[in-house]
Amino acid sequence: MIPGSKHIWKKYAIAMIWLLVLLWPLLGIHADGTLTFSETWSVWIWIAGVLLGLLMLVLAHRSSTSRMVRAPVAIAMEKINRLGKVMPGKVWMVLIISVSLLFPFLTDRYAQDVAINVLVYVCLGLGLNIVVGLAGMLDLGYIAFYGVGAYTYALLSIHYQFSFWLSLPIAACFAAIAGCIIGYPTLRMRGDYLAIVTLGFGEIVRIILNNWMELTNGPNGILGINAPGLMLPQFSNGIGFEYIYLKKLHYLYYIVLLLCVFTVIAVHRLNFSRIGRAWEAIREDETVAELMGVNIFRLKLLAYAMGAVFGGLAGAFFAARMRFVSPESFTFIESAMVLAMVVLGGMGSIPGIILGAMALIVLPELFREVELYRMLAFGAAMTVMMLFRPKGLIPAKRVGTRSEEREG
Amino acid sequence: MSQLLLQKISVQFGGLLALSQVEFELGSGEIVGLIGPNGAGKTTVFNVITGVYRTSEGDVVLSGGSILGKRPYEIFDLGVARTFQNIRLFSNMTAVENAMVALHCRSRIGVIGSILRTRSQRKEERQIREKSREALAFMGLEKYSDTIAHNLPYGLQRRLEISRALASGPKILLLDEPAAGMNPSESMALMEDIARIADLGITILLVEHDMKVVMGVCRRLIVIDHGVKIAEGKPVEIRKNPMVIEAYLGQPAE
Ligand SMILES: Nc1ncnc2c1ncn2[C@@H]1O[C@H](COP(=O)(O)OP(=O)(O)OP(=O)(O)O)[C@@H](O)[C@H]1O
Ligand SMILES: [Mg+2]
Repeated sequence: MIPGSKHIWKKYAIAMIWLLVLLWPLLGIHADGTLTFSETWSVWIWIAGVLLGLLMLVLAHRSSTSRMVRAPVAIAMEKINRLGKVMPGKVWMVLIISVSLLFPFLTDRYAQDVAINVLVYVCLGLGLNIVVGLAGMLDLGYIAFYGVGAYTYALLSIHYQFSFWLSLPIAACFAAIAGCIIGYPTLRMRGDYLAIVTLGFGEIVRIILNNWMELTNGPNGILGINAPGLMLPQFSNGIGFEYIYLKKLHYLYYIVLLLCVFTVIAVHRLNFSRIGRAWEAIREDETVAELMGVNIFRLKLLAYAMGAVFGGLAGAFFAARMRFVSPESFTFIESAMVLAMVVLGGMGSIPGIILGAMALIVLPELFREVELYRMLAFGAAMTVMMLFRPKGLIPAKRVGTRSEEREG
Repeated sequence: MSQLLLQKISVQFGGLLALSQVEFELGSGEIVGLIGPNGAGKTTVFNVITGVYRTSEGDVVLSGGSILGKRPYEIFDLGVARTFQNIRLFSNMTAVENAMVALHCRSRIGVIGSILRTRSQRKEERQIREKSREALAFMGLEKYSDTIAHNLPYGLQRRLEISRALASGPKILLLDEPAAGMNPSESMALMEDIARIADLGITILLVEHDMKVVMGVCRRLIVIDHGVKIAEGKPVEIRKNPMVIEAYLGQPAE
């Protein structure tokens, strides 16, 4: 055993005893005054077991014995990398595009539903990535903009019968305005303070949605939102146009795919523009960025606004797809989820975030049977990830890729 | 004509008077050395000129107009660029990107143009890149343009800081101990580069502890001690000035 491992075991033991002390009152004391132990024990043993496994993993990772494990992994990675080289980027692109286009024809409703979810979260992740990954500001209230976008379309649709397409830019605008309003007071803040304040603002938006009965119908939500529609030519009685609502799942899939592709392209291009560079400079060193001619207040506001725009677009789609919105969909856990995708995938890396969104949406679906322990599995997965790939699944890489020559 | 004029500048940090009534002038195209013992207030002078610190008194005049109270990015835009005593690069960005950031204020394309990647956006981007490459090449960094800044060796990081400051085409360059941590041959090369920068017509204010470098490139020296300007003049005069000797040796000159 490596030195220091004794210390770790001691810590583990203390933590487990503490957990037990904490757990029993929660699970063992019932409302009718009876006391039980079996439930506490079974949960506790599960947690202790999983943590024990993780701990072993950590120790193996630290000690040289892990080479036995790591060597095959490294070889596998090498093979994958070589595969990546054999198949140039273009081939990958064609593959990805054709799979995503054909997806609804190959799968059932359930898979389509999950795919739509993934794509929505990709949009959200990429939007948040502008604020967190590029400009380097920790934002824990991002989901507020999703909510603003969703309610904008919901209200426009039920009160004024606005079409989805017309509402998209309006939702984006409203979200951007919300982004500026929330961003403005935080311009001078950094780090922890910023996180706390954005967290607060996120909650404020949700509480407003919850309590402004006249406008939002409060916790009951808004029903009867129109699905996206299209003007299609119609030939049954003469030639005319008919407005058709695209309620079918695969239409919705294509709409969100379109939205997602737009988001990917827009975020990528912003990233490789003078604006993206200025954001990164702010992330690297705010003071120096300002001394090198970057108007940091303006660019931070812009980062909030642009992040909010993509959140708002995704929100409008969400409202159109569910045809129902309520404040419940915009809780802090959603913000945390999107942030987890960004961190897990690799901050600032577009393919990373796409992969992160897939992982965080698809994996819980696979674990539906053990629904109760999803969060636990989730935490374990995150821990393992951060251990082995601390910079995310696909870390943003900069060397070379930034040159315009390769950009093409 | 004077390019930069400091008038009776005073800066206070709590009870500490970091600068007291400091006055000097930089002529166009001059190389001036700003020297003084540790904690004399040299970096504070830089921070006042670039708008990081507020003064409690005095005025800073750039090409005839006051820049007091302007924000740092505005002052940079007006043509005052600087380097830092402790290297402060955008360390996770490539060398050329570091320089490109400095051209942010010299370019105009906004969000829409960037997303649509219009023709004018691509043209502007190309120009930014070209100018940045030139700035790197000027300091001998052309080979390293795609290297991540923190992977560069120390001496080259110092050079990259100067390139970044030069990329925007400044009128005045403030160098805060650019030779710190360099070996003698590196600082010799740096001296030549500083002279070449001055040949471009850029005014240079140089803070440096390495007296060889200072005496080598500067026509004029300004000496401050405990926030007070104690001497100003040609290097030969400064060397013999009793106040300066006292400030550096900490005892009265004989
Ligand atoms: N932000 C600040 N807050 C409080 N005191 C400061 C601050 N910046 C500088 N000082 C103080 O002002 C005085 C001058 O500092 P300055 O950094 O300008 O010295 P310097 O001449 O650059 O010294 P060195 O040669 O060590 O770089 C020092 O006593 C320093 O402690
Ligand atoms: Mg200093």
